[in-house]
Amino acid sequence: MRKIRLIARLDIKGPNLIKGIHLEGLRVIGAPNEHALRYYRQGADELIYMDCVASLYGRNSLGDIVENAVQDVFVPMTVGGGIRTVEDAAYLLRCGADKVAVNTAAVANPKLISDIARRFGSQCMVLSIEAKRIGPDRWEAYTNNGRERSGLDAVAWAKQGVALGAGEILLTSVDREGTRKGFEISLVRAVSQAVAVPVIASGGMGKPEDVLDVVQQGEADAVAMADFLHYHRGTVGDIRRVAQAAGIEVRIHGHA
Amino acid sequence: MGTREVAVIDYGMGNLLSVRRGLEHCGATVTVTADPDVILSARLVVLPGVGAFADGMVELRRRALDVVVREVSARGTQLLGICLGMQMLLDESDEFGTTAGLGLIPGRVIPVPSTTADNRPQKIPHIGWNALVLPEGREDWENTLLQDVKLGEAVYFVHSFAASPTDSDHRIADCLYGGIPVSAAIGRENVFGCQFHPEKSGEVGLKVLQRFLSR
Repeated sequence: MRKIRLIARLDIKGPNLIKGIHLEGLRVIGAPNEHALRYYRQGADELIYMDCVASLYGRNSLGDIVENAVQDVFVPMTVGGGIRTVEDAAYLLRCGADKVAVNTAAVANPKLISDIARRFGSQCMVLSIEAKRIGPDRWEAYTNNGRERSGLDAVAWAKQGVALGAGEILLTSVDREGTRKGFEISLVRAVSQAVAVPVIASGGMGKPEDVLDVVQQGEADAVAMADFLHYHRGTVGDIRRVAQAAGIEVRIHGHA
Repeated sequence: MGTREVAVIDYGMGNLLSVRRGLEHCGATVTVTADPDVILSARLVVLPGVGAFADGMVELRRRALDVVVREVSARGTQLLGICLGMQMLLDESDEFGTTAGLGLIPGRVIPVPSTTADNRPQKIPHIGWNALVLPEGREDWENTLLQDVKLGEAVYFVHSFAASPTDSDHRIADCLYGGIPVSAAIGRENVFGCQFHPEKSGEVGLKVLQRFLSR
């Protein structure tokens, strides 16, 4: 029954959909919601919005973008970037988000994870981990879009986050992000084996076949893709077909 | 014409924006409201909700909306409960002790099984896309809100508890979680409820809302 979820990830800066490499050197791709609608129509199982400048409120803010997306996109949305308080989370949920993803503020104050989980349920609380390799099979969690070290071991932090109430882990490999070299399988496997909640693998997808490795060897429950979709290198449907052909169960989508 | 007016009951539980947009997308004119007069004069009524059963009932009663929803049902108005809104249609729930529900569909709300059919532990809540299947004894979804849904099409679930209707005729659709049937949709006369979120279930969910609007 374990259906692997195919998730479109949209990184946002101000009013724009952007994309970088290693979360840096950001390029403007276009209007986020035009792309969101395209991915919804391709049959994305979920969308993830991540704001890299952490502007939650006001015009052209993350909340504004989500409110607009909800008008035409009828699949679950996870939203993150700059959530510092339970009130910030409540605001984004009111804007139409189904889950919130928290990184930097959770590292600074792990209690925020339990506060959000208790108020809205664990299923709403996604712990976002940006991991950088620091040795053989060792990764450190970074904050502020992969810029600052936290001193936390990524796998241990994932476990702690789940113990505090995180219902899902969004795991981004900073080393692979935007490189098209494939997912960092060993990282994904290490975290998937350490926690009992779903792990979304993010960062590095170059070709549809990369999904097979990260699911079969990395034990990912979901894969997030950005670059691959943004630059029209392929569609969600292409990935679905490759996954199905390899015996991976995915949601059937009518327009595939 | 002009008969696609829907009242979505606002009792302070959950994200109503998505429900509203889903209905509007299907052509409805939607009023999100806690006003008994508006609710009672609507042709179609939706009881949404996310959260704990007991909290939901408290919030309904605080606004005297429990009485209103029963009256909606008694008048024969088409009523759709979604997620917690569906669970509250039943007699009672086992979530955090026993709490009385609205009693519009006989049955109770029970935990989603925490072990699979072959006795392995499984994740709770049940989150994600899962296929709709026919419950034992049901042959099709003719004349239900699922009429346009094909067997095996997937919809989006987020829940730890599920309905267990007393009368198997009221059990419209299940999903399989760990190989065990879990109620996904229930219905009795003019009252219908789905555990999944039609407003988050892509085109399949929109077909369910569309069918509701055409009743």
